[in-house]
Amino acid sequence: MSDFAQTLITAIAIGSLYALIALGYTMVYGILKFINFAHSDIVVLGAWSSYSLAVKLMPALGYSLDAVPPIWVSVVILIAAMVFCGAIGFSIERLAYRPLRRAPRLNVLITAIGVSLLLQNVGQLSFVFGASPQDMPPLLSDRTLTTITFGEGESVHQLVIGLVDVVIFATATSLMLIMQYLVFHTKLGVAMRAVSFNTETAALMGIHVDRVVSFTFVLGSTLAAAAGFLIVMKYPSISQPAHTIWVLLGLKAFVAAVIGGIGNVRGAVLGGFVIAFVEQFGAFYISSSYRDVYVFALLILILLVKPSGLLGSPLREKV
Amino acid sequence: MTCTVFRIIRRQTFLLPCLLLVLMANGCQPSASSSNEILIGHYASMTGSEATFGISTDNGIKMAVEELNAAGGIRGRKVKLITYDDKGDAREAGTAVTRLVTKDGVVAVIGEVASGLSLAAAPICQEASIPMISPSSTNPKVTRIGDMIFRVCFIDPFQAHVCAKFAREHEGLKATKAAILTDQASPYSVGLQDEFEKSFGAMGGTVVSKQTYQAGDQDFSAQLTSIRAAEPDVIFIPGYYTHVASIILQARKLGITQTFLGADGWDSAKLGEIAGEAINGCFYSNHFSHEDQSPKVQEFIRKYTAKHQQTPDALAALGHDSAMILFEAMKKIDSLDGVALAAELAKTKDFDGVTGKISIDADRNAVKPAFILEMQNGKPKYVTTMKPGE
Repeated sequence: MSDFAQTLITAIAIGSLYALIALGYTMVYGILKFINFAHSDIVVLGAWSSYSLAVKLMPALGYSLDAVPPIWVSVVILIAAMVFCGAIGFSIERLAYRPLRRAPRLNVLITAIGVSLLLQNVGQLSFVFGASPQDMPPLLSDRTLTTITFGEGESVHQLVIGLVDVVIFATATSLMLIMQYLVFHTKLGVAMRAVSFNTETAALMGIHVDRVVSFTFVLGSTLAAAAGFLIVMKYPSISQPAHTIWVLLGLKAFVAAVIGGIGNVRGAVLGGFVIAFVEQFGAFYISSSYRDVYVFALLILILLVKPSGLLGSPLREKV
Repeated sequence: MTCTVFRIIRRQTFLLPCLLLVLMANGCQPSASSSNEILIGHYASMTGSEATFGISTDNGIKMAVEELNAAGGIRGRKVKLITYDDKGDAREAGTAVTRLVTKDGVVAVIGEVASGLSLAAAPICQEASIPMISPSSTNPKVTRIGDMIFRVCFIDPFQAHVCAKFAREHEGLKATKAAILTDQASPYSVGLQDEFEKSFGAMGGTVVSKQTYQAGDQDFSAQLTSIRAAEPDVIFIPGYYTHVASIILQARKLGITQTFLGADGWDSAKLGEIAGEAINGCFYSNHFSHEDQSPKVQEFIRKYTAKHQQTPDALAALGHDSAMILFEAMKKIDSLDGVALAAELAKTKDFDGVTGKISIDADRNAVKPAFILEMQNGKPKYVTTMKPGE
């Protein structure tokens, strides 16, 4: 029982991360109908810029890199990383994707792969982030919030709830709620949904399509940056920017978006949690060797049974 | 007629500069025979998650090369070391060694630390009849690739036996139930896992949980929760230091208080840096202990520390020793032909290295004792020595 609950807690924390990243994929797809392969590299950028900021900012403010600084330092780092990645996301769209707005979709897709490779390899340069893994200074105390003990005597079981998991879940949830508000309750959100529904008609109605697209990229990139920040907070050993782990992370988040129904914002969140659950419970109850297999097997299953994803609306041919 | 010829020439104009470039590149190619230097190659992970392995080994080899050159080199010829970074990637290792063997024309190759990478590159050396000495790959398959492949360290069946025996018999452990967490894509890790399971079972212990991870994984909670549920006395992680540190940190957060046990893949200053207090009281087997009081070891430590402001780890010591036995063999023969050099290397007997007496056996492996070290305050401390055949 305690092991079930323990796995559940891990799955929720990891699910929130997948959901945050999946939102970026799904929003861009919803509006431009293409897969932004560079999105996972924005997560990497978020992780590494958080690290660089922490390493520079903490000594500058007089805090040791070994001790946990006050909470506002983490908040500053998080916001700075989000602003920075938002700016990079904006530039990528402006410089790489906008010139191809009228080009065939395949060209944009290939450009996205190019941008992804560019970001990975620039990140590996020695004067940028370097090609070796680094350790994130502690931003949050290692504290265990509560330890619930089950059973007595020989068979004592523990359920450990760590502060970091709660912080991840809380941060991710509040960011997703803010985004939900933006998309469904503001004028800009209406414009986004209109562009997603039909770009040309939206333009005819006086919606500034380019501005909406830019906004979407900025929003997706800031969420990715937040995910990157939360990842290094949970897993302090940061892999080098071109490590395959990042590609796999991006791929899983993309799978989450597809499973939830690509283009559907709520679907991306649902998909994120679903694959985290499948992955974690599969690893715990069946075998940890096939962790990735469960995720991709689920993808195949969903594509066979409900190709438009869990919450996606079935494609209708326009007549 | 002329028209057609012109058209062809015009069409080919872009090819001309290309051809010229190729010719120039060929002309610039350094060749071993033109200079008086003897080239030896080294491929290692100078960057990536096992970076300290490559950097330490390279430092160790460089020290040996400098000492040799200061003492006059090999029959008056200086030795030059060429090091390529393989980024801890098997494909890159293959490329690096191909380049060393075919383009640079080295007489011998030193590398790799990780068994998986040695296995990837060794066939290239074997094919080209260039001797390769792995300083610290412990998987038995490495030297089975052929008679050109050597190593100066012990092999996994022995290392796993040592770990199992220590787990069963050490005063503070006396383990009967062990859990194993293996990197399923690493021949080093899988090899140790199999051997440990065999030895531990033969000594009356049981393996209660076998879990796997993959290089690059960040989250180990599912595996660790399973291990926690199995309630082992000791947890064996035959992995490399970056992952081991993350695993132990996460395990402590999950309330796992058991002792962790590992092998030579743990040996890096980074291990203590990343894992901090979490790793105190955990043990690993190693090729070298800097607490060894023999004058040769202390001399090596003094020189190395003066140069790199860091205590040498086992990888540095093994890098140094592999270069030393290579030079020793080179001194004994007249030609630097690969086959003759390999034959001479195979005769190495009781060479007095920093990591102990090195004798190459019939399978081209070294037979040496293992040291058990305990992590205390982020640093390894000597516990005991385990000799082969015990």
